[in-house]
Amino acid sequence: MNKKKKASLLSFFNSPKTAPYVFVAPFILFFLVCYVYPFIKTIIMSTQQIFGFNDVEYIGFNNYRRLLNPHFFNALKTTSSYTFWTIMVLIPLPIILAVFLNNPATKGKNFFKSALFMPALTSVIVAGIFFRYSFGEQPTTLVNTLVGFFGMKPRVWLQERGPAMLALVVLCTWRWLGVNIIYFLSGLQAIPQEIYEAAAIDGANAWNRFFRITLPSLKPVIIYVVTISIHGGYSMFAESFAFWQTHTPGDIGMTIVSYLYQMGFNDFNMGFAAAIGITLLFIVMLINLIQLAFMGFFKKEGN
Amino acid sequence: MAYQMESLIRIEQKKPRKKAWTKWAIFLTLLIFSVFALIPFYFMLVASFKPGSELIRYGINLKVQPDIMSWKNYGLLFTGKEGIYLHWYKNSVLITLLQTSVAVFLSALVGYGLAIYRFPGRNILFIAVLVVMMVPIEIMMLPLYELTVRLRIIDTYAGVILPFVVPPFAVFFFRQFALGLPRDLLDAGRIDGCSEYGIFFKIMMPLMKPAFGAIIILQAMFSWNNLVWPLIALRSNEHMTLPIGLSSLIAPYGNNYDLLMSGAVLSVLPIVILFILNQKAFISGLTVGAVKE
Repeated sequence: MNKKKKASLLSFFNSPKTAPYVFVAPFILFFLVCYVYPFIKTIIMSTQQIFGFNDVEYIGFNNYRRLLNPHFFNALKTTSSYTFWTIMVLIPLPIILAVFLNNPATKGKNFFKSALFMPALTSVIVAGIFFRYSFGEQPTTLVNTLVGFFGMKPRVWLQERGPAMLALVVLCTWRWLGVNIIYFLSGLQAIPQEIYEAAAIDGANAWNRFFRITLPSLKPVIIYVVTISIHGGYSMFAESFAFWQTHTPGDIGMTIVSYLYQMGFNDFNMGFAAAIGITLLFIVMLINLIQLAFMGFFKKEGN
Repeated sequence: MAYQMESLIRIEQKKPRKKAWTKWAIFLTLLIFSVFALIPFYFMLVASFKPGSELIRYGINLKVQPDIMSWKNYGLLFTGKEGIYLHWYKNSVLITLLQTSVAVFLSALVGYGLAIYRFPGRNILFIAVLVVMMVPIEIMMLPLYELTVRLRIIDTYAGVILPFVVPPFAVFFFRQFALGLPRDLLDAGRIDGCSEYGIFFKIMMPLMKPAFGAIIILQAMFSWNNLVWPLIALRSNEHMTLPIGLSSLIAPYGNNYDLLMSGAVLSVLPIVILFILNQKAFISGLTVGAVKE
């Protein structure tokens, strides 16, 4: 009897109708526990004043109204300009370097590829430790020595808005340049060589070939990289944490997620922090939609 | 065709001098950026041998001073602060192993299931995977924190890996890869009396080896370097991972700077060694599912 029951249970799990659900069950469970529940919960929390896990008060949109303060606008501005500058650097520069690496006449390609990729192996903290002490205020530091060669005076890099942003963008560029090069390189290798040959016959120079063939062919990769850069830029926290921990002088390194972290985990203002999170989600979605529309992602294929 | 060849040859012959010039310009540009990429490793290494007080007084600088450089900082990693660094190292290794094996195994199952079978709900699930890839995990931190507290897994390995057990990116990657698996093997396996799971483990998994290689590397790198969530989920000093432990050393009034650089160098070393041994696998892992439409 028992044996029979076991056998039927086994054949139930093994039927091609049930098996697919067993395979995807981990994701369903994970999706519900780690995304659906937290998402709904964050929305609920954002309408509450939270004193403790079981001690809450409904306050409607008050948390969102409180977002209209200089700290949040500052964080929004810092995050947006960080995202803007990282995209301005980390799209054109890796494309150019990838084109160089893709040139059949270039020597030492494998070395260059590996060397440029190496920074991606480090954690933000390790990279941050290096740049924090290289951008140090002492006249002896690496960056102050370097600008000294150009006749510039030593600066206090990490205490002023502009130079601090520069340091953040340099840190990000150092870690991600190689990765983006690899993305663009794989895009370049997918372009059929015959197109270039035909263009050369038609008398197109290198400049024309780059703008008429290479760039348009790279469009899907560019869309992908811009999308992950917006995602990464707007959720930036670790880079700022590596430079200043949670106490940024004059809020110059305060990003939206730093603000969320500070409100939620240092000040225990959980409801307000949840409102920051939901707002961030909408900003990221909105900017990505605008970007995708701008790039013509939603246009129908053909012509 | 003959005309084309002829004109191609003519183009090749026309500008040999210009070619040599561009070749050098390209080489030089790549060299400069490679130096930019590699030089921080050199300076970190140099700084790791100097006393921590030097780092605070002069920052990271150009000077190599053999008279004040020693292995002392590396010794301190084992003895300083009651060997806390070794705890961090152990935690990082164990969390990386645990998270990587769980995440890779589960996302392989899901990705395979989504690619091979047609079943009601399949499309909705795949859309869920795509949407979730777009949502920054940082937004979910507050309820996830509450959840880990309620489940009593705060400050444990289980709490650290919870939000990453079925990474959507890995699911997507495995699905893309599994779409290319030969489906007749499924029927062949069934005829041979294999169960659906037997087919996965004995027939399909070996065929998915390249995908496994790529995802293992990406997951391990992610887990080893992860910061934001472990920073919240880990509370006590001896449960910290390397990135969090190292960042805790940068306290304005602490005197931990001897450990900082040597600790940072040793935390990067294993990944750099693995990378040098399998450069191709690291680099190709990034691109396999990423750019395909």
